Amino acid sequence: MSSLPRNGRPYAKLASQLFAYACAACAFSSVAILVLLLSQMLRFAWGWLDWQFITSFDSQLSPDKAGVRAALVGSIYLIALTTLFSVPIGVGSAIYLEEYAQRSRWRGIVQTNIANLAGVPSIVYGILGLGLFVRGMQMGAGVLAGALTLTLVVLPIVILASQEALRAVPSTIRQASYALGATRWQTVWHQLLPAALPGIMTGVILALSRALGEAAPLVAIGAAGFVMFTPRGINDSFTALPLQIYNWTENANDDFRIHVAAAGIIVLMVMLICLNATAVFLRYRFGKRIHW
Amino acid sequence: MMTEASLPARPTRPMTQRLSTVADMRPTDDFLERPQKVVATNVNFFYGSHQALYDVSLRMPQNCVTALIGPSGCGKSTFLRCLNRMNDMIEGTRVEGTILLDDVDIYRPKTDVVELRKRVGMVFQKSNPFPKSIYENVAYGPRVAGVKQREVLDGIVEQSLRRSALWEEVSDRLNESALRLSGGQQQRLCIARALATDPDVLLMDEPASALDPKSTARIEDLIFELKDTYTIVIVTHNMQQAARVSDQTAFFYEGHLVEAGATTDVFTKPRQKQTEEYITGRFG
Ligand SMILES: Nc1ncnc2c1ncn2[C@@H]1O[C@H](COP(=O)(O)OP(=O)(O)O)[C@@H](O)[C@H]1O
Ligand SMILES: [Mg+2]
Repeated sequence: MSSLPRNGRPYAKLASQLFAYACAACAFSSVAILVLLLSQMLRFAWGWLDWQFITSFDSQLSPDKAGVRAALVGSIYLIALTTLFSVPIGVGSAIYLEEYAQRSRWRGIVQTNIANLAGVPSIVYGILGLGLFVRGMQMGAGVLAGALTLTLVVLPIVILASQEALRAVPSTIRQASYALGATRWQTVWHQLLPAALPGIMTGVILALSRALGEAAPLVAIGAAGFVMFTPRGINDSFTALPLQIYNWTENANDDFRIHVAAAGIIVLMVMLICLNATAVFLRYRFGKRIHW
Repeated sequence: MMTEASLPARPTRPMTQRLSTVADMRPTDDFLERPQKVVATNVNFFYGSHQALYDVSLRMPQNCVTALIGPSGCGKSTFLRCLNRMNDMIEGTRVEGTILLDDVDIYRPKTDVVELRKRVGMVFQKSNPFPKSIYENVAYGPRVAGVKQREVLDGIVEQSLRRSALWEEVSDRLNESALRLSGGQQQRLCIARALATDPDVLLMDEPASALDPKSTARIEDLIFELKDTYTIVIVTHNMQQAARVSDQTAFFYEGHLVEAGATTDVFTKPRQKQTEEYITGRFG
């Protein structure tokens, strides 16, 4: 009769433990998949990833001579220009929405749309970029058109992250500033932006690492896959790392398809890891100075 | 009913000395004949459709400390924020009536709110220093007002910190983060920061409610010294504090100003039953 546990606690404890193990297994498997992927790529790229690979242009026929130079330089140009466009516009929009705009129906609509835009597939932005920049403004499929298209892709993310960072600044700071006779702009510039900067930068860097890995919108605007020069002006045609890798994987030659592509992937991954490390560093470095 | 002898003692100043200061200002009518710094007339205040103040009229004489007392939610902070228009920051609010600062209505359309807030400084309930150095906290007001020369700023910072009785404690570490200071020091820093814009009026919203008794006593002493230079309006939850620091006391209840007068009168012979019940601790 009394063999049943009185309050069921032993079972609850067991269930809780099982749940914890299940969660740990999930976390572990995601790390395991990443390690597996990386080691596989490294194995394929072994012997192919060398200084010659970094400094050479692509080659039509010989995998030994192929390199990522054009794609690497193209990607760096793209990211630099995308940063240049997306940061001022994105942070400016966030400041407007958070600090200036009255709570109105119009603001609600804008806000909802930004959230929706963040979820739109990047190929859609590519088609928009093709229509707007490449054809409409007659830029051609150059670096500028590519960067503007990627700006469209990352802008919603930059705006949302910046809004989040501004919202995290305690309202007591705003009140103190206004009570001392500071204008809205002075409050934004002297108090809110410095306090929100680590958050904004983290958001920007995460957005940029997304831009760095995007191939679809660049394909859509018609960026070249095979380029034997680095762009000299902003309207020069270009290629980028994800595009170049995609191109290699389409090659019939196994050396290109497997080994050269893997070497390209490693270069891309290293760039991504560098960006993310910068985000972590900035967070740590600037985050330390502010304790609310 | 309270007698004078049962008034709570000021912790650091002899009782008699403090009371005689208040006594100087009796009778009530004389007290109100001093120059009026801030005069609120028939003020109604609305948060959207919720009315928080009903027909409040109160005169705040120059170089006097006016204490606003009353139970939580009765509109003390709302009234205080009307005086420097900080309520403008809250969307959907509306003010009716007039509030004169030196005989000029601060709600007339021509008012420069930024200018107004430099003349009417504010100290908040929870100390809220900027996450910057002590120096930069105090220099912020003058800086946003356009003061650039380092010597001028240095002078203002030192003077403000001296006035808020903080200079001795921080003069050798002005470049340290303000967030390292203790709670009481942070609140005095916030007072220094408010003084740095050279205001005429100082609004304080329960400035000592988050502090330990010793820091509270320091703030009260400070208020006592500052009223020679400034007109002070202080919200307090604490009856003893109101009795200790203020010359005039205004009792709010559910958005209405029930009674206002010389502090000794309000505490010793309140005219309204509600006031008496509140100060004797029967509610609130
Ligand atoms: N920002 C606000 N929005 C809406 N209602 C508010 C706001 N601040 C205060 N109130 C309301 O106004 C009334 C008075 O509040 P408050 O002035 O803060 O009282 P007190 O300072 O005396 O405790 C309360 O009923 C409160 O709920
Ligand atoms: Mg209050």
